[in-house]
Amino acid sequence: MHHAFRTITLQGLAISAAAVAMTVVAVESKASPPPAATVVHIGNFTFNQPVLTVHPGATVTWVNDDDIPHTVVDKNGSFRSKVLDTGDRFSFTFAKAGQFEYFCSIHPHMTGKIIVKA
Amino acid sequence: MFDDHQGGRREFLKCMAWAGTGAMFAFEGGIAGSVGLDAAVAAPRERPAIQPFTFVQLSDSHIGFNKPPNADARATFAEAIAKVNAVSVRPDFIIHTGDVSQLSRDDEFDDADQMLKSTGLPVFFIPGEHDMLDPDGGKAFLTRFGKGSKGAGWYSFDHRGVHFVALVNVADLKPGGMGNLGAEQLKWLAADLAGRSSSTPIVVFAHIPLWTVYADWGWGTDDSGQALSLLRRFGSVTILNGHIHQIAQKVEGQIAFHTARSTAFPQPAPGTAPSPGPLKVPADQLHSMLGITDALFVRGKDRIALIDPTLAA
Repeated sequence: MHHAFRTITLQGLAISAAAVAMTVVAVESKASPPPAATVVHIGNFTFNQPVLTVHPGATVTWVNDDDIPHTVVDKNGSFRSKVLDTGDRFSFTFAKAGQFEYFCSIHPHMTGKIIVKA
Repeated sequence: MFDDHQGGRREFLKCMAWAGTGAMFAFEGGIAGSVGLDAAVAAPRERPAIQPFTFVQLSDSHIGFNKPPNADARATFAEAIAKVNAVSVRPDFIIHTGDVSQLSRDDEFDDADQMLKSTGLPVFFIPGEHDMLDPDGGKAFLTRFGKGSKGAGWYSFDHRGVHFVALVNVADLKPGGMGNLGAEQLKWLAADLAGRSSSTPIVVFAHIPLWTVYADWGWGTDDSGQALSLLRRFGSVTILNGHIHQIAQKVEGQIAFHTARSTAFPQPAPGTAPSPGPLKVPADQLHSMLGITDALFVRGKDRIALIDPTLAA
């Protein structure tokens, strides 16, 4: 009996979690694409969201708002923009979960990280 | 040995002068009164005969830059070239300490090349980070300006008893780091200097400063300490850099450091702005913050005078 009760409780929690997840999905689907959170602005030699968390499949766009060119280069080589002059954009779609540390190859003190998780 | 210099380095950093508009100054790069015993033994009194000569340093021309405070970096570079041609003693050659271009475009390199050729003087180049932006990571620059160089564009040559060393610290930069020379280049430098007498005057030029001017903005070179340790036995070392678009200078033992102004736009003094982006000065102030550097070697002395005229009339 005790064992069965625990199972029921866990099922109840699972249902609650699913309900929460559905709510989140519903909220996200109302937002107009692309969500603002997936744009990283480059200004004053910094990435304005130094750490950004996204879901798998998300596309992140970097926009250079500086008067000086910058680049967006993954430390491990999975993406590398061409040089971005003022106003230029670079986008990359993160298919799988993981952590991606990147930097500006022209001004390497500029660093950022994309965390991709489900 | 290296650690012994740290205290001195800090002291000199405190003394580091930031030049105002139109400043003219000189410093000694040779044996001074405070020479240490090691260096005195290493540098004998007999010195090779050095013929007097001058050369000019141009830096950070950023051909293609067209935003405030300078809508036309080609025009200000042309003014700098006119300044070179107007110098009373004709220089033996020009060195360009990098960021020739803004975006490594062929037309930018070509315009710089044509303007420099109009002087009729030999020009020695090293790349800045803006010259490495072609898809092949610097090949366009090296093909045009780096003939005969090694690796990412480093080389050395001798001129009238002075040994010149051109170093590249803008290639293969590391995340979170500053300028970088790399193990291969440091090995080459050690071999290049190995057979030379300590009394040979040395001039080193590289784009990013070879000492840490301001780490928060990446204004330094991570592994420059290894290069400096190879240079300390020489009686006269002058290190010429660009990158920071303003004059900064320091003397550390027998090593004199100096950065040149840009011919395109000034940058803020370290930490005085949110970022090292262009200093947007009013049009009537721009020319007093751009300039060239004239270097003079005097006969019989290993003393180098550096004079920094601005582009202001």
